[in-house]
Parts: sequence; structure tokens; C-alpha cells
Amino acid sequence: MDITRFISTNRKLLLVGFLLLILIFVATFPLYARQSQVRVLTVILMYVVLTVSWAMFSGTTGYMSLAPAAFFGLGIYTMALLQDTLPFPVIIVVGSLICFVFALLVGLVTLRLRGIYFTIFTFGLVIFLTELVQYLETRIWNRHGWDVTPIGNATILYTMFIVVVVTVLAIYFIRRSRYGLALLSIGGNEEAAEHMGINTTMTKVLYFAISSMFMGAVGVVIAPNLIYVNANIAFSLIWSFMPILMAIFGGMSQLSGPIIGAVIFGYLEKTLRAQLFSYFMLGFGIIMVAVIVFLPTGIIGLVPMLRGKLGGLMARLQKGEQGE
Amino acid sequence: MVERIPQLIISGIFLGGVYGLLAMGLSLQYGVCRVLNITHGEFVMLGAVLTYMFHIGFGVNPLLAPVIIGPLLFVIAFALQATLFRYLKAKAPAQPIFEGNALLAAFGMLYIISYIARITWSGRSFPSAYLSEKITILGMDFTLNQPIIFAITLALGIAVYLFLSRSRMGRAIRATAEDPGTAGLMGVNTNMILAFTFGLGALLAGIAGTLISIRTSVSTTIGFNNTVIALVVITLGGLGSVPGGFIAGILIGVVSQLVAGLWEPILTVPVYYAMLMILLLVRPTGILGKK
Repeated sequence: MDITRFISTNRKLLLVGFLLLILIFVATFPLYARQSQVRVLTVILMYVVLTVSWAMFSGTTGYMSLAPAAFFGLGIYTMALLQDTLPFPVIIVVGSLICFVFALLVGLVTLRLRGIYFTIFTFGLVIFLTELVQYLETRIWNRHGWDVTPIGNATILYTMFIVVVVTVLAIYFIRRSRYGLALLSIGGNEEAAEHMGINTTMTKVLYFAISSMFMGAVGVVIAPNLIYVNANIAFSLIWSFMPILMAIFGGMSQLSGPIIGAVIFGYLEKTLRAQLFSYFMLGFGIIMVAVIVFLPTGIIGLVPMLRGKLGGLMARLQKGEQGE
Repeated sequence: MVERIPQLIISGIFLGGVYGLLAMGLSLQYGVCRVLNITHGEFVMLGAVLTYMFHIGFGVNPLLAPVIIGPLLFVIAFALQATLFRYLKAKAPAQPIFEGNALLAAFGMLYIISYIARITWSGRSFPSAYLSEKITILGMDFTLNQPIIFAITLALGIAVYLFLSRSRMGRAIRATAEDPGTAGLMGVNTNMILAFTFGLGALLAGIAGTLISIRTSVSTTIGFNNTVIALVVITLGGLGSVPGGFIAGILIGVVSQLVAGLWEPILTVPVYYAMLMILLLVRPTGILGKK
């Protein structure tokens, strides 16, 4: 009857079972759910990718990137511009590659520098792209935004799920590899990492580019669900802020933290934001400050804390029983 | 086209004074408190919108509005540093972690302030044209408020510079920026100094907001753009350098007027970024920054 022991001995089995359940849930979801619910689930999955890939780079190295919206928007625009010329899966690859190269360039310019310059630069990069695209649209192409032909909701959901699986697997293996450790050591103490023979600049730039690649991929996939896009929608700063909040809320010490944060917040966002936009954003700010102050390790950090407290309580109870 | 260049340069210098003032506040907050305060623009917005509200509601002269708004913003920012950022600093195991957490907390504050303002005053635009009589300097047309605003920003810039370099308090602020631990041992109440500096930054932002509202129409959504401008300016001028920030502010003002006047208004931000990118490649510490 000892649940904790059961969990710890059958950990792998339980994990596989849990993942299978998720797979079955997502695969069968479009069969019984309403179309709008399918779209909500798609958005939640999108946030999972954005959050996990943000946390992979910024969470481990401490270099706060505020640029997810830039790569996400590039993905959306890749889809908008190429939708009639290339098949959907190819566009996903092209979009990811564009983001990879773009992030490589940005990283080469800024990642040699101290963290704060990187933050400032990425902060403005989103606005830079917004205004540049707006200029191109109004003055060169003479149009306001683009229509994206919708593809079936279920197709998008499945594609998004594949992107999630690829991203999470890739990041899982990166975290376990020596490069993941190199990233962590950069976050711990960059100078020490450099003295140990890690090429810190190369590592940072490469992983920044990899994390941006996933952001670009989800941008491509979500684009048909938006139907109409323009610079302000595609490069909205909300795409940068939400993943950060979700990652902090969930906790960044483990891979599961950002995923949990993204699922909870993605759901809340989709259900509340439409009705009470201003109040939602106000609450968003309050939660962000509260989480940083009271929950610096995120929800994931609560688990060992609660387990410690519960364990102590159980031990005391058992002791009490023995005493009697 | 060419004959407009001198006029654009001079109005750029006038505009740049406000940018310099904006940047000076942020520069102080980052240089001393180590908080990259991206809420800065929201304080500018509060200054601007409150100036309009006081002007319309109570007939307060916009040039005198900072007397009320300045202390108000000072107190808000003082309290923020004395509670939130002080707590984060005490809890963070290392300086970079504190900077990261402070940045994220500032993000949260940005949303809180910005959306309280939007809920209270909605997002509509408040027109303002105070002292907008036409005047002619050297055969070029300006509105009267342009040179007045510039004179105020210049005077304030010099005053802050003198305050930091000459006064006892200013010395304490610089000592705290240099090495908070040692400054504390020398009898400086560092927590008070940090909170004071943070408040001073917000006060300068508020005054910049007032000056912006005198010249152009404002709304509750202008905060973010001002944050971006301030960030570009302090990076150009060198993080933490007050005179560098002022010079960079004027540079950005001139560039923005030239780009908007001769080329394309939408492209001003991309041009700032191009400048920033080149500078980061060539001289990462900024125009007057120290390594």
C-alpha cells in the first residue's frame, strides 16, 4: 500500500504509461471534442514548445532572451509567404532553418557580450522586425497583412503534437548530453566554464539557434489557425512574455517544469483572455511578480518541499503510533 | 530636401534632450541598483497622462505639473526598490541571478502599471499642445515649446550631473554603485541610497513624460516605445554613464528626425537598431562607457 515506494520502483513504467495516455488523448481528441476545443489544445501545445525551448537556452544559461516572438513571427511569415508554393511539411523545415540562421546571426553579434546587452538587444529585435515588416508591407508590397488558407483543425493539432514530441525529445537528449552540461556550467559561472575548456561563445550561439528553430517551427504550424496575419499579430510581444512567465511559473530546474507551466497557463490564457483582456493582462503581471518573489523555483520546486513536509508529518505520525 | 536638413537637425537636438532625460533615469537605475528597469517607460507614460489629467481636471499648468507628479512617482519607485527589489537582492545567491530576477519582476510591474492605467483611462489619445505658438530661430520655424523643453532637459541634465559628482549624497550614490559592500562599511545606508536612486530615476522619467505631453498627444500605450528608446540610448551611451546617455539621447533625437523627415517615419526604430548593432560590434561598452 506504500504509494511512494510503488512510484519510485516503477518509475519508468509509469512514465511510459503516462506518455501513452497523453498520446491516446491527443490522437482521439478531435473525434469527440468541439472544434474550438481542438484549437485550444493546439495553442496549449504551441506554448509547450515555445516555453520548453525558451527554458532550454535562457533557463540554463541565464541569458534572458526576449526574442521568442521574433522567431515565432518569422515562422508565421514563412508560412504566409510560401503557403502556395511549397507543401506544408517542407515549409516547417524551411521556417525552422530560416530561424536557425537568423538566430545564429543575432547570437554572433550579441552573445560575445555580457548578458544584459543580449537582453536589451533581443528586447528590441521584436520591435525592429515588426516595424521593418510593416514598412515592407505598406510601402513595397502595398498591402495590409496576409491571408493564410486554413488547414483542418485536426491536421494542425497532429502536426503540432509531432513538433512537441520532436522538441521535447531533442531537448531531453540535449540536457543529458555533455553540451547540456556545458550550457548549465555557463549559467553557473561562465568564466569557470571557459577555463575548463568549453568554447562558451560557440555553445551559446549554437543552442540559442537551436532553441529558436523550434520557435520558428511552431510559428509555421500555428499560422493556418490564425487565418489572417499582419506584423502586429505575428510579432506581438505577448509571444515573448507568455513563454517566460510559463517557464518561471512551472520551474526551470527540470524539463517537466516548463511543460506544466505552459499547460496551465495556456489553458487559462485561452479561456480568460478573450473576455477580460485588460484584467487578464493585469493579473498576468501580478502573477509574474508573485511567482518570482514567492516561488522562485516554480511549481516543480513545490514538489520536493511538500514531499519533505509530508514525509516529516508521516514519520511523526508513525512514531506517535509506535509510542502508543 | 537638403534645405530642410539644418531644421531637422535642430529639432532633433531639441527632441534628443527629452530622450537624454529618459535615458538618464534608466541609466541611474541600472548603474546603481542593477535593475534593468523596463517599467521605465510606464513611468514616462504616467507622467505624461497625469500631466494631461491635471491640466484638464484642475487647470494645473503643465510646466508645474512635475511638482505634484514627480514626488508621487518618486514615492512609488522608492517603495518598489525598498520592498520588491531589495527582497529579491537579499534572496539571490549571486549578482547575475538577481539581475535576471529583477528584470522579470520589472516585466510583471510593467504589465501591472500599464494595464491599471489602461483600465482607468482607456487607451484613447489625449491631445496636448501647450505653448505651441510659432517662432522663428535663424529663419527656421519651430514651436515655442521645443526650445523651452530643451532648456529644461539641459538644465536638469546638468543639475543631476552636478548632484552626482559634487554633493555628499551623490558621492554616496557613486560609492554604492561602485561597491555596495564597502560603501556600507563606510557608513553609507546603502538600502536607502538604492531606494533613493530608484526613486530619482522614476522622477526623471515622470518629468520626461510631462515634457513629452506638452509637445505631442499622449496615451496610456506610449510607455513601451519609450522604454525601447531609453534602452537603445543607454546602450549607445554606455550602461551606467549619465553624460554618455545624454549625448546618445541627442544623437538618437537627431537621427530620428533625419530619418523621419527625409526618408520614412516607420523606419526610425529599425535605424536605431542598425546603429545599436554596429556599435555593439565595434565598441560594446558604448560611447562613454567604461569596461
